[in-house]
Amino acid sequence: MALVLNEEQQMLRDSAKTFIQESSPVSALREQRDRGDEWSPELWAGMAEMGWTGIAIPEEFGGLEFGYVGAGLVIEECGRTLAASPLLSSSFVAASLIADLGSSEQKETLLPAIAGGEVIITLALGETGRFDPDTIATTAVAAGDKFVIDGSKSHVLDGGIANRFIVAARSKGDNNGLSLFLVDRDAKGVHIETSLNADNRLVANLRFESVSVSADALLGEVGLAQEAVQRALDIGAALSAAELLGVAQEAFERTLEYLKERKQFGVLVGSFQALQHRAAQLFCELELCKSVVLKALQAIDQDTADRSLLASMAKAKVAKTAKLSVNEAVQMFGGIGMTDEFDIGFFMKRSAAASQEYGDYYYHSDRFAHLNGY
Amino acid sequence: MANLEEFREQTRAWLEENCPASMREPINSDKDQCWGGRNWVFASEEQRLWLERMAEKGWTAPQWPAEYGGGGLAREEAKVLQQEVARIRARRPLESFGIDMLGPALLKFASEEQKQRFIPEIIRGEIRWCQGYSEPNAGSDLASLQTRADDKGDHYLVSGSKVWTSYADKSDWIFCLVRTDFDVSKHQGISFLLFDMESPGVSINPIKLISGNSPFCETVFENVKVPKENLVGELNKGWDIAKYLLTHEREMIGGFGLSRAGTESLGQTAIKAIGASNGRLAEGGIRSAISEFEIDELAFALTIERVVDEAKAGQGTGAASSLLKLYGTELNKIRNELLMSVGGSDALTWGSEEKAEQVQRWLRSKGNSIEGGSSEIQLNIIAKRILGLPS
Repeated sequence: MALVLNEEQQMLRDSAKTFIQESSPVSALREQRDRGDEWSPELWAGMAEMGWTGIAIPEEFGGLEFGYVGAGLVIEECGRTLAASPLLSSSFVAASLIADLGSSEQKETLLPAIAGGEVIITLALGETGRFDPDTIATTAVAAGDKFVIDGSKSHVLDGGIANRFIVAARSKGDNNGLSLFLVDRDAKGVHIETSLNADNRLVANLRFESVSVSADALLGEVGLAQEAVQRALDIGAALSAAELLGVAQEAFERTLEYLKERKQFGVLVGSFQALQHRAAQLFCELELCKSVVLKALQAIDQDTADRSLLASMAKAKVAKTAKLSVNEAVQMFGGIGMTDEFDIGFFMKRSAAASQEYGDYYYHSDRFAHLNGY
Repeated sequence: MANLEEFREQTRAWLEENCPASMREPINSDKDQCWGGRNWVFASEEQRLWLERMAEKGWTAPQWPAEYGGGGLAREEAKVLQQEVARIRARRPLESFGIDMLGPALLKFASEEQKQRFIPEIIRGEIRWCQGYSEPNAGSDLASLQTRADDKGDHYLVSGSKVWTSYADKSDWIFCLVRTDFDVSKHQGISFLLFDMESPGVSINPIKLISGNSPFCETVFENVKVPKENLVGELNKGWDIAKYLLTHEREMIGGFGLSRAGTESLGQTAIKAIGASNGRLAEGGIRSAISEFEIDELAFALTIERVVDEAKAGQGTGAASSLLKLYGTELNKIRNELLMSVGGSDALTWGSEEKAEQVQRWLRSKGNSIEGGSSEIQLNIIAKRILGLPS
């Protein structure tokens, strides 16, 4: 498959850019933060109206079925203006789990609701500070026609606003396989503690104390969720890379503009070779990032055998480059880059947070090595 | 795309039948690469046959026009051929500056007569070309070159010296930048000449490098007579040809950063050499470094693919050659550094031709980011031409 966008995808990107620049510029994030809000329900409604919330959901369940390359274009534009929304966690990652594992009834009720933006569902998987999807101690014990869930989850994305969680747990006697359960945020025994991150996004730490759910809360079969979780995490990693690509590119372009305006010693600072070479190097890295993101998302759309390898490649490469981009941005802006009044710091904070989501550089470069047999 | 699939089947069958078994083995030493030319001694009968058969079909230059002996393939077909060649891990039948550098420039700038004369022998590997660009006082600042060609009526008289002329001692002809006007700005008085290295007045001194090898030479011209019909393009317009050719050279050198068909991945090499612990490469630090490298290597290969696909779709950014040259050569240096680390003290063996190859490749790779426009020159080009940063 050619590594280019088709006409439909280019149109989607253009309309996404226009919408997000108008309805959620970086100044909107600043206003939200100053007001004490972490997200904007109005923006979310707008995204739903644009169809973004259903972009990766099959048409038969009320989505646009535009694929993950399309989802990537949208989230990349969100990255450029640092627009906060549960698109990634709910519309892309949680929706893929429901589409892969859900019963017809679960799909028919939940997917159209996600596609319409009416319901927000998020995956509650990790239990550690760093991303580590294999260390799951939360248990689900069968009791008659119910399951009882005990355990805790940390840094659940959009956990503060989600209506439901997809909780990953282990059950005895199932080869320690992973099971997924849909749990209402209001269910008895669910304790939610939200925490504000540096990027002004709210994550949640969850505690489940003898939470009893009925058998129809089970997503798929007991102990057999691993494969779908793997796919959902690949989707999360590749789309997180797409968002970070937007963050990194915007930070770079703003820096480039500054280098062409700012004068010191009587000349434009952009004429200094020390800065030119660093900017040129960063340009090259960003070009590589564009290739890896597109390739990884195409691999997800086509479900190729190297999907996981390419998702890890994409997240590792972009996370490393985004860090370089925001670090260079603040350094080249100089003192003004250190001020809160100036927007570039928002990019640094978002870059750091988005890098952790669905695994950072170290996690994914190690996984890349593992998948390559070393 | 039915035709393309048909082409793939035919190509696959043809390669199966015509590519000798030994030409599908990994390249282990320089002798495994065929450079052709008047004085070439084939390493084996299979090497000769493989070149002959591929040249016969024009597949040493798959996309060049069939009227000059090229393959005449469309871009899609050439990609299929490349994939099929890679599938059986076949070696390149001919390494050639004629194909990688001179040919594209001749196709664009040469007269019909010149094309008919020079291109078929490039495709068949009969004439080996070298490049007369750099001079002792014109390296990164190439356009300040001083080798002169004086108009003597029916011929030019060339005098001066070139340096870093790759394989000048093994080459038959040279494509050479000469100054034909000293009274105009430096870019405007340059012309592009072709001549036989056996011409009277040409002397060649190989330069011994840090690797112990002498792939580069200093080439001195003393009143070398060059027929006027050997001028390519217009007089004093040689810089345009030089720049065009440099973009091809950059892409070729940049390609050094890619894993070659028939070579195993660095991770595989390392796990064989170092061993595994719990299924992982035992040295954690080297493992991380190799992973970082292989991610970049794959990302770079995908970027080449994307650049080609975008150009085809008319979405190209255009200025990709500097990026490819810069990134490809830096990657090749990292690859060689890692191979030296993986090999440990064993990799340092000097003196024996077989064993010293890794250490020589490592030392040779240092030149990749100097030749063909240094990495710093590429960064300048990107900063100014692509990013529009001020002078």
